[in-house]
Amino acid sequence: MSRRRVEPFLWLLFSAGGVATAVLVPVLLFLFGVAFPLGWISAPNHGHLLALARNPATAIVLFGLCVLALFHWAHRFRYTLYDGLQIKHLNGLINVCCYGGAIGGSVVAGIVLFSLP
Amino acid sequence: MTDTITMQVSRYRPEQETAPTVQEYEVPLRGDWVVLDGLNYIKDHQDGTLSYRWSCRMGICGSCGMTVNGEPKLTCATFLTDYKLGPVRVEPLSNFPVIRDLVVEIGDFLRKLPRVMPWIVRDTDKPTTDGEYLQTPAEQDAYKQYSMCINCMLCYSACPVYGLDPHFIGPAAIALAQRYNLDSRDHGAADRLEVLTHPDGVWGCTFVGECTSACPKDVDPAGAIQRYKLSAAMQSIKAFVLPRSAR
Amino acid sequence: MSASPVYTEFHPRWYRKRMRTLWWLHRRSYLVFALRELSCVFIAWFVIFLLLLVHAIGAGSRDYHRFLDWAANPVVIAVNIVAFLFVVLHAITWFSLAPKAIVVRARGRRVPSTYIAGANYLAWAVVSAVVAWLILRT
Repeated sequence: MSRRRVEPFLWLLFSAGGVATAVLVPVLLFLFGVAFPLGWISAPNHGHLLALARNPATAIVLFGLCVLALFHWAHRFRYTLYDGLQIKHLNGLINVCCYGGAIGGSVVAGIVLFSLP
Repeated sequence: MTDTITMQVSRYRPEQETAPTVQEYEVPLRGDWVVLDGLNYIKDHQDGTLSYRWSCRMGICGSCGMTVNGEPKLTCATFLTDYKLGPVRVEPLSNFPVIRDLVVEIGDFLRKLPRVMPWIVRDTDKPTTDGEYLQTPAEQDAYKQYSMCINCMLCYSACPVYGLDPHFIGPAAIALAQRYNLDSRDHGAADRLEVLTHPDGVWGCTFVGECTSACPKDVDPAGAIQRYKLSAAMQSIKAFVLPRSAR
Repeated sequence: MSASPVYTEFHPRWYRKRMRTLWWLHRRSYLVFALRELSCVFIAWFVIFLLLLVHAIGAGSRDYHRFLDWAANPVVIAVNIVAFLFVVLHAITWFSLAPKAIVVRARGRRVPSTYIAGANYLAWAVVSAVVAWLILRT
């Protein structure tokens, strides 16, 4: 697949990922990563969260978030490696690791989110 | 005793050295003097061998771009009194090869500029007997900002992507392409697409935004580039979804 | 004109300065840019953290509470606090930059980018409130 034809779509995925993560991740990370473990806010009970996670709408939104976030990471990290470490000559390897990682991660996300008991 | 200020000027004489050195000069500190006035004073009274480019001395020709205290500036638009306390360090514009002293080689940009076809491209030309092309104020407003570019290359000097990869087409070239793409008289957007969507074109830009900060004419090349990325991406989607639709 | 010129007596050697590896440390705006770009790593960390959380929820109440205990571990807390700061940096820089790409014309005049940025922040606040409500309601 010609790189010139793929770039615009990768950039669109990156942009969509940027918006989705900017809007959704701060509140989720604050609650589950900081507030609940530290006890600042009492953690919701398991039953409520399980019901929430089982809801197909939640699963779809979270899956969309994971996929977009991973492609956002892949695209930005690829350019960070180019500009930060100046290893643009390894771009074949970098592309495989970044976008391959994003695809792999998306598969894992799909499995975790859609196979809840 | 009049106020003076120290100017630390980068010198590079290839016939006698392999790397630039710094030479210090004392220059009168006058309230209305710009860095260019300081350089002219040095050349007229102290050291006639100093080489640098300048022309209009009023911020429209784009010749006098140099790095002043680490920032790309037009030396005709930067006052000495802005650096009142410290020495003023004048170096050649970064990201370009240095020919001599403060003179840089700008051939790379001059070769890139015609590649984006910075002129009105039309499907059919209107003969002059038919009169002029008409344009409403709103239509002119659409591209006016990008027409302010004076080709001073401060944006190339500020852009780290260009510094790391000189193949990158660069901020000014893309902004100038946009100036014509958005002009209602122009029909050449499809022709410019080829050059701009090349991997060395807009997609290399990571929106650092330094080009817009450095621009002395408020062209906002970073904004022009992001707008182009969006329109090129929209066009790719359209081409993907409706491959046979007319351009 | 060839890419690498032949240097002669009448075409003396140009000086080309190499860009330093740590170029992004030498100017504040470059540093903010580098940190903004690095935030993507913490976005990827969040995806991993989220999937671990959902997996724990699916595995049962004990696993869910074990996950919360693990998340309370000082190392994990430190990572998540740093990650949260980076994610907020990403959000703020995104909302101030993204409007540059979108030019909306209303009644013949360009809508100021501050309005679009403002709309983004509003959407952020509303979505955050909705998500928090969904999670915290009993």
